[in-house]
Amino acid sequence: MKKTTLLALAAGAIAVSSWVPVVQAQDSLYMPSMTYRTGPFAGGGIPFADGYADYFNMLNERDGGINGVKIVVEECETAYNAQKGVECYEATKGKGALAYSPLSTGITLALVPKAPVDEIPIFSMGYGLSAAAAGDKFPWTFVYPASYWSQLSSILKYIDQNGGVKGKKIGFIYLDAAYGKEPIPLLDKLAESMGFEVAKFPVGGKEMQNQSSQWLNVRKERPDWMIMWGWGAMNPTAIKEAAKIRFPLDRFIGNWWAGSHNDLKAVGEAGKGYLAANFSGIGQDFPAVQDVLTHVVRKGLSQVASEDDVGNVLYNRGMFNAVILAEGIRVAQEKTGKKIITGADMRDGLENIDLNEERLTELGLAGFTGAVQGSCADHEGNGAIFIQQWNGSDWEKISDLIPPMADVVRPMLEEAAEDFVSDKPSWQGQTCG
Amino acid sequence: MLYREAGQFKTSYAADQALLPILQDRVGLLLIMVVAFVLIPWLASDFFIGSIMIPFLVFTLAAVGLNILTGYAGQLSLGTGAFMGVGAYACYKLTTYFPDINIILLVLFSGVFSAAVGVVFGLPSLRIKGLYLAITTLAAQFFLEWCFIRIGWLYNHNDSGAIEVPQRMLFDIVITGASATPTVRYLVIAVLVAVMTLVAANVLRGRIGRSWMMIRDMDIAAELMGIRPLRAKLSAFAFSSYYCGVAGALMVFFWIGSAEAEAFDINHSLLVLFMVIIGGMGSLLGCFLGAAFIWVLPIAIKIIPGLLGLDVMAATTEHLANIIIGILIIFFLIVEPHGLARLWQIAKEKLRTWPFPYANS
Amino acid sequence: MEMLHSIFVGPFVEMAAYPDFFLQVVWEGFVAGVLYSLIALGFVLIYKASGVFNFAQGIMVVFAALALVSLHEMGVPAWLSVILALGIMGVLAIGVERLMLRKLVNQHDAILLMATIGLTLILKGTGQLIFGGEPKPMITEQLGLPTGSTDWEVFGGIVIFQHIDIAAAVVAMVMVLALGVFFSKTRIGRALRAVADDHQAALSVGISLNQIWAIVWFASGIVALVTGIMWGARSEVSFALEIIALKALAVLILGGFTSIPGAIVGGLVIGIGEKVFEVYWGALFGSGVEAWFAYVLALIFLLFRPQGLFGERIIERV
Repeated sequence: MKKTTLLALAAGAIAVSSWVPVVQAQDSLYMPSMTYRTGPFAGGGIPFADGYADYFNMLNERDGGINGVKIVVEECETAYNAQKGVECYEATKGKGALAYSPLSTGITLALVPKAPVDEIPIFSMGYGLSAAAAGDKFPWTFVYPASYWSQLSSILKYIDQNGGVKGKKIGFIYLDAAYGKEPIPLLDKLAESMGFEVAKFPVGGKEMQNQSSQWLNVRKERPDWMIMWGWGAMNPTAIKEAAKIRFPLDRFIGNWWAGSHNDLKAVGEAGKGYLAANFSGIGQDFPAVQDVLTHVVRKGLSQVASEDDVGNVLYNRGMFNAVILAEGIRVAQEKTGKKIITGADMRDGLENIDLNEERLTELGLAGFTGAVQGSCADHEGNGAIFIQQWNGSDWEKISDLIPPMADVVRPMLEEAAEDFVSDKPSWQGQTCG
Repeated sequence: MLYREAGQFKTSYAADQALLPILQDRVGLLLIMVVAFVLIPWLASDFFIGSIMIPFLVFTLAAVGLNILTGYAGQLSLGTGAFMGVGAYACYKLTTYFPDINIILLVLFSGVFSAAVGVVFGLPSLRIKGLYLAITTLAAQFFLEWCFIRIGWLYNHNDSGAIEVPQRMLFDIVITGASATPTVRYLVIAVLVAVMTLVAANVLRGRIGRSWMMIRDMDIAAELMGIRPLRAKLSAFAFSSYYCGVAGALMVFFWIGSAEAEAFDINHSLLVLFMVIIGGMGSLLGCFLGAAFIWVLPIAIKIIPGLLGLDVMAATTEHLANIIIGILIIFFLIVEPHGLARLWQIAKEKLRTWPFPYANS
Repeated sequence: MEMLHSIFVGPFVEMAAYPDFFLQVVWEGFVAGVLYSLIALGFVLIYKASGVFNFAQGIMVVFAALALVSLHEMGVPAWLSVILALGIMGVLAIGVERLMLRKLVNQHDAILLMATIGLTLILKGTGQLIFGGEPKPMITEQLGLPTGSTDWEVFGGIVIFQHIDIAAAVVAMVMVLALGVFFSKTRIGRALRAVADDHQAALSVGISLNQIWAIVWFASGIVALVTGIMWGARSEVSFALEIIALKALAVLILGGFTSIPGAIVGGLVIGIGEKVFEVYWGALFGSGVEAWFAYVLALIFLLFRPQGLFGERIIERV
């Protein structure tokens, strides 16, 4: 049993090293970035992480940070794995982390209960727990600009506007994991109230690239529309299979994780007509994106592989994640009068965020997304989505902003939040504001 | 010289058969205990306790479970992750129904469910052997994983599809849930791991453990000598799954805090298998060494560039960590195929004669 | 009663009512089965000659396909990329033999398995370091593989055949035939079979084990590249592809670790079986049964025949 002492020594060395970074100069804002540039989902993780880091770097380069304080972005690789994600969290939270964007449902679920204890907000932008939109129950979690449920309701609205849903059959193909199952309660409920039929097609995590039986089932069921909650390699495979069984692709809508350039690159011309939801603008035609190009990418400060990747769906979404966080910092600085803020200040800042059109124009993002306005009770901020279509080589925005069916979704969100809190006595004391 | 049993005379059978017959071992163990239960909780940072020691101990326990089955009873299994999952989900259901019963008791009891499942999936081992058996345990892995996703009752029909750990107390101290401090969670795990390792050590050198090893070394011969393969193999599966189940419950309740089915996937099973093989099959010490090697080393590799002041991207260090671990695994297998535990044994032999390597001790 | 009906009657009524659809299901299962067989074939080649259960086969598929696609991305013509990718797999084979196998001769199964897991980690790390972790489209057209589909009108419906799927089946068949000829007609092939039968006897008649090992690893590298191209054409080339290789393990159980015909028959049984089961019986279990069907089938099968369909009978003596 003594060789363990050796081990303890080695471990001790690591312990010492893990103490060191805690002592950090407090003249900057520390923003951890949980990335997954490796593993089976890296195709989505890489552009997102690039956009996220590049926007903060652009603020540093162009404006010298936010209100004169530089932002330090540190990446920590999670490989989309919950255990590694928790490890990243523990490793960075002591360095003055202002907010976490966990980027995986598994990691989000693990971090949500930790947020109130460590007083660091979790910003799961449009993913994670839908119920967290109820800010009075989840003061430390934010899901701007729209929860999965809100998004699904917008997608159904789009279908309703394009031929109606009453009496139709809608197929739902999803990754068979917490992420994919999240919108099902709402789907079932809306099916009842809007009068359509639902057929569900789960795709196992190991079957992502082997979906022929799901699509045979689709052929058997003959749905009028298909909605996809997919991710990673599942998306191109699904679109190819859909084309194979001759399902009309312009009646096949992916959610906002199932509509990136990476997904469709592998499909190319065959994916023409495929639709997807999105909430962050496409392309480089925004002044803010141009600034990123000038101040970061062309100076060689970015990890992005080529300039063309800037402006891609997921790149812009990563950037949008940073935009909201930067805005949260700014609001927090103004509210507290401090330059160096804490996680608790950041929470306050995020809650009072008001990205209206005027503000978006100021940021160089006019028309990039719908207005996002947070409040104590509302942590999804009325974000609306739009629908984009693949034209064989690029995405095109084809619809206006579609706001969610707040009247149906909101009560359900509140009920779910109530449910979540009900068996957690320690959670109940929390309020927003 | 430093490590000699010469002069340590035993005057009773009990003393001769003790778990640690040599004084130096007892002192060493005592030192380790002091480090584990006093120094670490007292001095180490939250990150070290929460992200290194806690996972290390959880994985150690799982590795002990798998080692009982693979190292001692000779039945290769790739279903460890799923058995851990059974423990975790069982514990979650138990604490939902009996919120007032102490969570530690429930953790220990949840292993029983995983043992039962283990026995069911162990039945084929009576006919199937070796690598074929390993792959049939994959059936357990994938079937159970599918159950964790498909059976809503297991996670109380949560919208998130994941189990979330509620807050539980022990003597007015919060021991689970987000507000439990890493030190408290660490101490609970450390005590359980220490006790369960001791139990395993004693079971393994007793009648049951010896019957497992006979089955491992040659099952037909063992049968001829009066060992019942049915009882020996199934008890190995039960014991092993019990340990894995408890490790799984500990993992969710005292480490991560929530889990979806993915947390127990095949990669998780493989990780524990790596630990057992690298540490040393058929060695309890190997479980500790293997868990440390596979869990702690990548973290250490990732910290090194930062310490040297190098600005290496997080993803690059991840790739490099993969490559280095891969090379080290192959290197260790070539140098010492019987694992890290064997290296320690060799070191002990050297210590025994040091500084006169040619003297007879 | 209703339950029994939906198990024993309903699905068959449905099959009979829509025979065109049933044919389509079987065809899709056949194609998936062919691809499973290809992965299993890579395992069998190595296991037969060296007794190594090569866990790295899955990552080799990804690695070979990524090398091919990345080379083409850098402007290398498609045919040259194929040759270069094969070259990379050849170097890998020699490297594995020199640096790993040669030093692990005569070790326990589990240790050899573990070494290939080490190899998996190395390939995963280097692959992502060199080629990047982003998924890449397969260069189907540049390789001259057919696209498009043909309809077959039958039983008042249609069955759709994708040309790429037909190509996959043909390529797989050609490859198996080529391997068969290689094994039975060439000197190296015969040496290979001798090694598979008895290492020591082979050594004593002057066969170089090292050379043989390098050759089989190269052969399974070729199989990996072909598998990667075919799977990649169905979706994309990414590290997620590695997971599919696990399916091949069930194929191996069914077919036996050492039998090439076993790998093929096993692959087809599992491919067709799981599609038919998922489509006609899956809903009873709440769908997604493909995740475990292959393994449970293999498990049940093994209870009756522990050495697999074509495996060698194991005779144990004390």
